[in-house]
Amino acid sequence: MPHASLPRKSTHIDMTAMCDVAFLLLTFFMLATKFKPPEPVVVSTPKSISDIPLPDKDIMLLTVDTRGRIFFAIDNRNMRNDLIESINSKKALNLTKEEKAAFTVDASEGIPFSMLKGYLGSTPEQQKAAEVNAPGIPADTAVLAPNNDLAVWILAARETNPGLRICIKADGKASYPSVQKIIKTLEGYKIFKFNLITDLEPVPPGTARYADIHSAEVKK
Amino acid sequence: MAEMDTSSSGGKKGPGVKKGKKLSTRIDLTPMVDLGFLLITFFMYTTTLARPKTMEINMPYKDPKLKQEDQNKLKASVALTVLLSKNGHIYYYEGIGDDPNKPPELKGTNRKAFRQVIIDKMKSVADMKASGALGVKDETTVLIKPDTTSTYGDLVGMLDEMTIDDVKVYAIIDITDIEQGFIKETEVANGIK
Repeated sequence: MPHASLPRKSTHIDMTAMCDVAFLLLTFFMLATKFKPPEPVVVSTPKSISDIPLPDKDIMLLTVDTRGRIFFAIDNRNMRNDLIESINSKKALNLTKEEKAAFTVDASEGIPFSMLKGYLGSTPEQQKAAEVNAPGIPADTAVLAPNNDLAVWILAARETNPGLRICIKADGKASYPSVQKIIKTLEGYKIFKFNLITDLEPVPPGTARYADIHSAEVKK
Repeated sequence: MAEMDTSSSGGKKGPGVKKGKKLSTRIDLTPMVDLGFLLITFFMYTTTLARPKTMEINMPYKDPKLKQEDQNKLKASVALTVLLSKNGHIYYYEGIGDDPNKPPELKGTNRKAFRQVIIDKMKSVADMKASGALGVKDETTVLIKPDTTSTYGDLVGMLDEMTIDDVKVYAIIDITDIEQGFIKETEVANGIK
């Protein structure tokens, strides 16, 4: 019986094109990734079912760690420049040009105003070391208390950018009174709407919210 | 694309010149593709999942100029007061505890069991609305009062519980000294240190 022999084809596929695509996408994602800004302290936020994403810009971040220390940060560099000018004149800190520039590139602050000049005058390495033992920004439940440095920061930041959203990122183990100080200070400025940063957790089944979500899905 | 034409175009070398063994310049790109996609996956995950989530909160508007008699008085029958205490302990009582002659009866619970308390409360309010004992506009109101020993996590947990159970009206309110005293008494009575 004559044997019909098919021509043998190589099973090798040219991977070059696929490789090109892979690296093209890789380059895109690498460039599009915005890395997390350096955080002053490690904070593990409590969980909630809220899934509203944090806005990209114009946020004022108030970080509270387990010991109740408060750190202040805003993201926009241009605004940091205006902010330090305003703080400088408000608190008569007599900062030099270099110290102001140091503030502009710094990520967050967690020290009282009395220590700010010395902190900004030191080298970045010293600043890092100082941040570990930073006492946190003093706050009080009364806005106009003389030691309420946080209130001055908030007011100055709101003056430089009225559209600033206020986000509180506190550790789940932080005591309530330390967070209460922030809330009371905000209330003192008639800021009643702000965001709390939380970790996402699934909605527990069998609850009203769970039923809500599901009925919405069924209607779709 | 990755291979080059290495076949010599018939250019004769002189006699006695040995031809070097021709090696293929084809490279197997499969591992490289694997690596590329692995990194893509990593970057995709980090970009989309790193966005922190937030919980929006609206505190009740406080105006010092507002007169006492202009404020809406909360009906005791719709109110549930929750006191947050240390180690995640939750104490609650029905009403707002404003009657000095009848001190509220505190019940202790934890977050897991508290869900049922809210559900029951909402049901009883809905029943009262249906029977006409309450107006249409009355809603279950939860007053959250964290004490000085509670943590921020307790507060967020309680606020989250409000969203989970669909409680429309709730507020964070300062705890009073009297209520701190109630917690103390209950703790002593139940032997909690």
